Amino acid sequence: MSVLIVVECDGGEVKKSSLEVASYGSQVAQLLGTSATAVAVGEATEANLAKLGEQGIAKVLYDNEPRLKDFVNGAYTKLIAAAAQQEDAKVIVLANSNIGAAVGSRLSVRLQASLATNVVELPKTEGGSFTVKRGAFSGKAFADVKLDGERKIIAVKKNSIEALHEAGKTAEVVSFSAQLTDADFADAPKQVVMQDQAGGILLPEADKVVSGGRGMKGPENWNLIEDLAQALGAATACSKPVSDVDWRPHHEHVGQTGITVSPNLYIACGISGAIQHLAGVNSSKVIVVINKDPEAPFFKAADYGIVGDVFDVLPKLTQAVKELS
Amino acid sequence: MKFLVCISNVPDTTTKITFTPDNKEFNKAGVQFVINPWDEYALTRAIELKEAQGGTVTVLNVGEADTEPNIRKALAIGADDAIRVNAFPKDAFFVAQQIAAIAKDGGYDVILMGKESIDYNGFQVHGMVGELLGIPTVAPAMKLDMSGNTATLEREIEGGKEIVEVSTPFVASCQQPMCEPRIPNMRGIMTARTKPLKVVEPTGEGARTEVAAYALPPAKQGVKLIPAENAGELIKLLRNEAKVI
Ligand SMILES: Cc1cc2nc3c(=O)[nH]c(=O)nc-3n(C[C@H](O)[C@H](O)[C@H](O)COP(=O)(O)OP(=O)(O)OC[C@H]3O[C@@H](n4cnc5c(N)ncnc54)[C@H](O)[C@@H]3O)c2cc1C
Repeated sequence: MSVLIVVECDGGEVKKSSLEVASYGSQVAQLLGTSATAVAVGEATEANLAKLGEQGIAKVLYDNEPRLKDFVNGAYTKLIAAAAQQEDAKVIVLANSNIGAAVGSRLSVRLQASLATNVVELPKTEGGSFTVKRGAFSGKAFADVKLDGERKIIAVKKNSIEALHEAGKTAEVVSFSAQLTDADFADAPKQVVMQDQAGGILLPEADKVVSGGRGMKGPENWNLIEDLAQALGAATACSKPVSDVDWRPHHEHVGQTGITVSPNLYIACGISGAIQHLAGVNSSKVIVVINKDPEAPFFKAADYGIVGDVFDVLPKLTQAVKELS
Repeated sequence: MKFLVCISNVPDTTTKITFTPDNKEFNKAGVQFVINPWDEYALTRAIELKEAQGGTVTVLNVGEADTEPNIRKALAIGADDAIRVNAFPKDAFFVAQQIAAIAKDGGYDVILMGKESIDYNGFQVHGMVGELLGIPTVAPAMKLDMSGNTATLEREIEGGKEIVEVSTPFVASCQQPMCEPRIPNMRGIMTARTKPLKVVEPTGEGARTEVAAYALPPAKQGVKLIPAENAGELIKLLRNEAKVI
């Protein structure tokens, strides 16, 4: 028996969310008195995979097949299922990412496992039951969910688990092959287009986010958002109406019908705080709101606020951040 | 081309979420239910593709009788017929089994649904249906074009997108900016009344998960306001007090 952890890599590096997933998985292994093995997908280097020892991983399986560098739902599912069989995995842990959810849902059927996505805490295993806490109602609630059956799959929400760092520990990297055939690559991409992201910080992985709404008045003013984001090392985001009118690209749209983010710091500039917007951001650890209207609903969901004009306040904040270092 | 569009019935996006006294169920009292916003992309795109190249659009909902107004709404938007599986949607696996059974029986070519439901936020059903049927899934899809039996989709990945080509049958879970979701017009509402809505009983195994209890997130402590003249003070608080920068 073991716990199998799916680690997503990109450009040779292990994604930050996957370090959290690895830490989650190794703690589950400890809880169940077993070992933690990882299977890596995407483009990885052996040196970076070995460093997963710091997150409590004993062994990492890696298939060098070049076609696995990009996400392919069919092939990833088969690879992970094969790893799960080999390792006799009773619990599989992955990221609650687009890749993790797409693969996890197929795996749950193939391995006859129960599945919980959007999980925010380590499981509780009292009295032989296995219960996880997950986000529901678009960030407006949580649900404790009991997972039945012999095998379980858990998709862990980003930024809900602290990554472990046990310096000096290394994992053994073992090559692994799942005998993939052409049929497993039916949904292989013809082309991959990566976003041109300001400062190279991806919104779903970001620790800090600076977000703008209709109060920014027009796309020509986004330099104010970008300057603060750059000074902080933050990603940029926006409200729905802003992406609807193409002031900003769609992948920056956060909220109930956009992406959900849970950074340590979310700074909302000229956003009213409609319930659909809050749904996508209210699991952020600290929320800062800048709005000229003291009655804006966002202040009720905020930790810090400035009642003021974004055009006046944003440059001051950027300046103050620069003075910090 | 036979399109099957799966819709779920969810609380309106402005709903204040509360639970029954035992915290085991969502409190439906006084709540307005809508078609899951993500599913609207799937529905509208299926109708657009049908208009462009022919075919039929069937909507499918797994739910009890109280979901019928929203099924009628989907018919008013332009679906041709509807199927309701008469059961409470216990969990994603339970729902996926119903969808897979109907997709198989009906010989559907394209099975579309939203990325996830805004109540359960599972993001699971698409993959389960694909796996149960042994066909590809593309999730989440931002764009869907069809030419004959071949579909070209844009699949969102963290930080970018993949252009994927699959042949029918396949499953896709849809999200913006796939299309501009349509709203029903008067004629649609009139004709929807007489379109067929078939009710069938559930099949398959039961659920694999069970909600033990719901809870609301802890309330915020209250906002600390910093005067605009003193905006720089905020940055110091974020460093020294909140410790996030
Ligand atoms: C089904 C559905 C789904 C939705 N999903 C989403 C979603 O996913 N994400 C989302 O964001 N929205 C969503 N919405 C829309 C949502 O209801 C709001 O309309 C939207 O969030 C408002 O965006 P905003 O705050 O940028 O604009 P507004 O509501 O127009 O607010 C602008 C704010 O800027 C302030 N302001 C103006 N000028 C200044 C200035 N100079 N300085 C400081 N402040 C200023 C104003 O006081 C105001 O509070 C959804 C709506 C529906 C019906």
